[in-house]
Amino acid sequence: MASADATTKKTNLSATKEELLTYYRDMLLIRRFEEKAGQLYGMGHIGGFCHLYIGQEAVVVGMEAVKQEGDQVITGYRDHGHMLACGMDPKGVMAELTGRVGGLSKGKGGSMHMFSSEKKFYGGHGIVGAQIPLGAGLAFANKYKNNGKVSLTYFGDGASNQGQVFEAMNMAQLWKLPVIFVIENNHYAMGTSVKRAHSETHLYRRGASFGIPGSEVDGMDILAVREAGRAAIEHARTGKGPFVLEIKTYRYRGHSMSDPAKYRTREEVDQVREHSDPIKKCEAYILDGGHATVEDLKAIDKELKQIIKEAADFSLESPEPQLSELYTDIYA
Amino acid sequence: MPTPFLMPALSPTMEEGTLSKWLVKEGDTVSSGDIIAEIETDKATMEVEAVDEGTIGKIVVQEGTENVKVNDTIAIILDDGENANDIDAASMSAATSAPEIPGNMPAAQPTMATKPSFVSVPDIEIPDGTQMVETVVRDALRDAMAEEMRRDEDVFVMGEEVAEYQGAYKVTRDLLQEFGEQRVVDTPITEYGFAGLGVGAGFAGLKPIVEFMTWNFAMQAIDHVINSAAKTRYMSGGQMGCQIVFRGPNAAASRVGAQHSQDYSAWYGNVPGLIVIAPYSAADCKGLLKAAIRNPNPVVFLEHELLYGDKGDVPDMDDFVLPIGKAKVVRDGSDVTISTHSRGVFFALAAAEILADEGISAEVVDLRTLRPLDAETVINSVKKTNRLVTVEEGWAPFGVGSEIGWQVTQHAFDYLDAPPMRVTQEDTPLPYAANLEALSLPNAEKVVAAVKSVMYL
Repeated sequence: MASADATTKKTNLSATKEELLTYYRDMLLIRRFEEKAGQLYGMGHIGGFCHLYIGQEAVVVGMEAVKQEGDQVITGYRDHGHMLACGMDPKGVMAELTGRVGGLSKGKGGSMHMFSSEKKFYGGHGIVGAQIPLGAGLAFANKYKNNGKVSLTYFGDGASNQGQVFEAMNMAQLWKLPVIFVIENNHYAMGTSVKRAHSETHLYRRGASFGIPGSEVDGMDILAVREAGRAAIEHARTGKGPFVLEIKTYRYRGHSMSDPAKYRTREEVDQVREHSDPIKKCEAYILDGGHATVEDLKAIDKELKQIIKEAADFSLESPEPQLSELYTDIYA
Repeated sequence: MPTPFLMPALSPTMEEGTLSKWLVKEGDTVSSGDIIAEIETDKATMEVEAVDEGTIGKIVVQEGTENVKVNDTIAIILDDGENANDIDAASMSAATSAPEIPGNMPAAQPTMATKPSFVSVPDIEIPDGTQMVETVVRDALRDAMAEEMRRDEDVFVMGEEVAEYQGAYKVTRDLLQEFGEQRVVDTPITEYGFAGLGVGAGFAGLKPIVEFMTWNFAMQAIDHVINSAAKTRYMSGGQMGCQIVFRGPNAAASRVGAQHSQDYSAWYGNVPGLIVIAPYSAADCKGLLKAAIRNPNPVVFLEHELLYGDKGDVPDMDDFVLPIGKAKVVRDGSDVTISTHSRGVFFALAAAEILADEGISAEVVDLRTLRPLDAETVINSVKKTNRLVTVEEGWAPFGVGSEIGWQVTQHAFDYLDAPPMRVTQEDTPLPYAANLEALSLPNAEKVVAAVKSVMYL
């Protein structure tokens, strides 16, 4: 078994042209989507809470690159990126944000609550940490059915302090459940930094007392995420039980739309944007490898902007749900 | 075309703010994510980022301006190749007309929301000549689980001590031997964790039966029962549900103190998305647990430790499944209706015997299911008897009796000859001392007194 202190080995990270262009496109789709969501929020079209994923795109796209069809995904409330990475329709996601009938939950869920049986996306959960035993339960079902599938259970550094993390990890290792605990460490649980909230700041060690191996991953590098994700999934899929990935990432925007972000400096954010941006990094892989030109990438961006524009238009044209929907979907 | 930059809403409640500072000037180029201004809201000063790339063509609202309405144009951003001359009146006026915010406008809607009404379903027919087998409640519950597990491989049981130990109250006796450790799963003492794990397994298509050693311990897990199990179907617009039964003993046992003695009927009965069943007789325990396991919704199944050893006749049928949401008149009467559930039925029936000796005819309604509540059966009974007493082991405030009392006063007000009375646990944590415990809990004598009170005797 790998040691709980193992960190990602520096391997020769490389990818094909097609792979890199796919990752670039998938990450940029999330970014453009989130920018538009932020804009629609500012215009009053999106209400309530809206937690943007900008800066963290390499995490879900990297994991998506190594998951197999039928593997499940579950996460917390910062979930737009996960849904888009799973292949859920940007129109349906955006229309859910605007609370319209064309939304994936018919407008009844909102930003934090969308699901897709087809894409094996199990939400979208608003209670911090609740998705962790739920994700272990998805893995329990995989083992019960012996279907060879793996559950990717995402949560943040903040959620990693919830008691149910440890309850779920204990059972997952005890029963060797095929679950990857993906900790998206973006350094701030709302406004509280990791060092102010965690007695052990190496979150890949969260499973250490249960004997669950873990590794620390550079979440701003799509290829590093992919590499670590592949090893973790292999571990879980071959019956060795759960694995903890601490993927170090960064959220550029506030915790939610109404976060003035006074707990960190503008310089800190700018530093990351300038030097560690995951999309720029992928762009460098592409350009340095001679896989595409700046113009090619601009063309992708243009195409994505059009997709997002159509999603936004759809989200504003789709009507609000019928009032008769109030009392539907409570019971089967 | 030049793009208007609008005054953003920076919180769910913001309607206007102060444009305190511009960090760019006309002619500056900006790209997505650049901070271009600071805006003061009622809560904080927020930095505002550019969303589109381009050049600041015009600053429309000067810094220091107060009460700038959300969605007013505060600047114009020019795309590549555009210049200030492109900013025409049209793009300004188009921009300044605030978009319609749907939440603020009651749109014309063809259908008003109507709450679906409850339709009662009759109990199943028990064929003539069916043999009745005297069964204790714990075995009736066990048989229900075993039969459903034989019928459907996706059904499994998990909880503390359900397998090797054969159940803390022996309700899961012999299940491990028949179904093996894959389907009868001992969990660590980790209620929040295994309740959530069960719900996740339910999302993935399994049909878990999650046993809580007592519902008191489920307080640790109530978040998953309500937030994860009960609400997901609604939040997903109907596309994802969870077929799961949470079961275990509820309410007071015998001198186990306040933390092990609470009745949660009213708590769970309050929650849309849950089905809540609290049966009394052995036959109902079996028929309703089988129905619960087959039901596609999350079910809270409230048993009672003090009933586990009670015997009752259970029909020996291949498939004895009772309808959920149907109360049962367990004793006919004409002078007063006693509405109750779970162990309250025992007190009510005992009270009815005492009252009969005094010439008072009490009708006893066993609610059996609390959600959906079959108020209709109680209301019809009260229309006949004109008097209502409710009995439950929970506390009175906001309780099951309060709900029944409201239903009856709403739908049978003119039939009532007296205000309804509630018999409940006294408004105290349950004491340990035998005399105080007895004083706090309902009993037949308290029911008799309540009946006499509504009869002005």
